[in-house]
Amino acid sequence: MDLRLDNVSHHYGDTEVFRDISLEIPSGQIVCIVGPSGCGKSTLLRMLGGLEQPTSGRVLQLGAPPQGCLNPLTYIFQDFALLPWRSVRGNISLVLEDHKMTPKAREEIIADVLARTKLSEFADALPKQLSGGMKQRVAIARALAVNPAVMLMDEPLSALDSQTRELLMDDLISLWTRQPFTAVYVTHNLAEAVRLGHKIVVLSRRPGQIREVVSLETPLAERRYGDASLEAQQQHLWGLMRDEAAAADAELLHV
Amino acid sequence: MSDPARSVEFRGGGFVAQRKRGVGLMVFIVLLLLAEWGTRTGFISALTLPRPSDVLLTFQELYQSGMLFKHLIPSLTRLVIGAAIGATIGITVGVLIGLFSLARAGLVPLVAAIFPIPKIALLPLFVIWFGIDEMSKYALIAFGTFTPTVVATYAAVDNVDRTLIRMGQSFGLSWRSIVAKIVLPGAMPGILSGLRISLTIAIILLVAAEMLGAEYGIGAYILQAGSLYDLERLFAGVVILSVLGVVVSGVIGAVERRVLRWRV
Ligand SMILES: Nc1ncnc2c1ncn2[C@@H]1O[C@H](COP(=O)(O)OP(=O)(O)OP(=O)(O)O)[C@@H](O)[C@H]1O
Ligand SMILES: [Mg+2]
Repeated sequence: MDLRLDNVSHHYGDTEVFRDISLEIPSGQIVCIVGPSGCGKSTLLRMLGGLEQPTSGRVLQLGAPPQGCLNPLTYIFQDFALLPWRSVRGNISLVLEDHKMTPKAREEIIADVLARTKLSEFADALPKQLSGGMKQRVAIARALAVNPAVMLMDEPLSALDSQTRELLMDDLISLWTRQPFTAVYVTHNLAEAVRLGHKIVVLSRRPGQIREVVSLETPLAERRYGDASLEAQQQHLWGLMRDEAAAADAELLHV
Repeated sequence: MSDPARSVEFRGGGFVAQRKRGVGLMVFIVLLLLAEWGTRTGFISALTLPRPSDVLLTFQELYQSGMLFKHLIPSLTRLVIGAAIGATIGITVGVLIGLFSLARAGLVPLVAAIFPIPKIALLPLFVIWFGIDEMSKYALIAFGTFTPTVVATYAAVDNVDRTLIRMGQSFGLSWRSIVAKIVLPGAMPGILSGLRISLTIAIILLVAAEMLGAEYGIGAYILQAGSLYDLERLFAGVVILSVLGVVVSGVIGAVERRVLRWRV
């Protein structure tokens, strides 16, 4: 299942958040969205998942979601959004309880996603007992449990320290190589974008428009921390971003 | 660099509620011993305050004559039934106000209007509506428990983390699941601390209702003792009420520790 944005524009009252965004999210690929603060990345992601409606333009879903998909468009949130009163198992079970399935089938899904995210030992822990990185792994496990067609991630790693971030990025890459998933990944961090993205969309400052779409050909599994060609891409992206960020800053001074 | 080494002064800590067993009991004991000592030495005259040991003796009599339970059981029944009705309706209405803008617009001003009415003043009205016997007492207690419960409940629902609700929606949970599994558990801390207040108010109203017309009940017992200036019996009654307050607070504390184990 692909997603397509068709000339999407959005206003909040008088503020024009973004203008005329057209974008294709092909299945099996990770599309990263980068851009200066306030250019509407989170808003765009909310529209992709149906949590908000654009002022004009359309968000289209092309083709049917694959068999066995319980929640085609699934989010992973920056602040994890785990229910503090439910255990790790309970948090994953939450998103399955509204679907018709036998308790045994549900247990199997939970065991499977816990194993894939290396959390089996912590099934009965409460969120308050987990570190930030583990909480985000629980959120990833929860998203995997509904077998999504597209994962929508809004700065999923930015609440974590840089070592945990590296580890989780490796986890995401190995999850993807074992079973390619489609994802839209919003980030501030260009290093993350060049590690994970098949396509990197650079947005301009508000009103957000697409500045450039960079495609990276190196397979995910072969991208290494500190790789020279990735470094070059990152430099290029930073060149684009710097002008926007500087201009956005200057604008703030003039209000 | 020749300055002497000095350990850095500790200035963190505090501002965290910790369980300290026995301290509450100590406070009671010290106050009672002071009263006992004061009345024995004549520092406090017998007219001002009855001697704690005499109150204890009265209490013992009350227990041995079987009158204690004759007063206590009707009181507890009234308290439990009245408070249960009031808290149930209060939590239901509070959740409705928290969830539906229409209910909020219609009911919040109404609740604000009835909150400051001293419910005791309405007892004659309840007697006319529900009769002189038990129903009017239940109604008074229920009404008094209702208002603080409503306010605490809708404030608690308002305070539930919206990102958790968005999460529920983004996973396609049904409205009922979101309310039952996200909103209600998230509002539980606020609801329980609201109950702490409303159940205490229920005890106050219990006594008020019994003073106005009941043969048996702690309120009636206190009223009788008071009209005879029998301070020992008056205090025996007051002690029962205090114990009731402590028990209610203890029960809610125990429920909180069980239900809110997840809190950081
Ligand atoms: N519900 C809302 N009502 C009004 N304005 C909003 C609302 N949500 C966001 N905005 C505004 O829309 C703009 C885009 O917000 P958005 O959160 O999408 O930006 P972002 O690119 O995700 O920023 P960041 O990088 O800081 O996360 C911001 O200027 C913000 O103030
Ligand atoms: Mg954002």
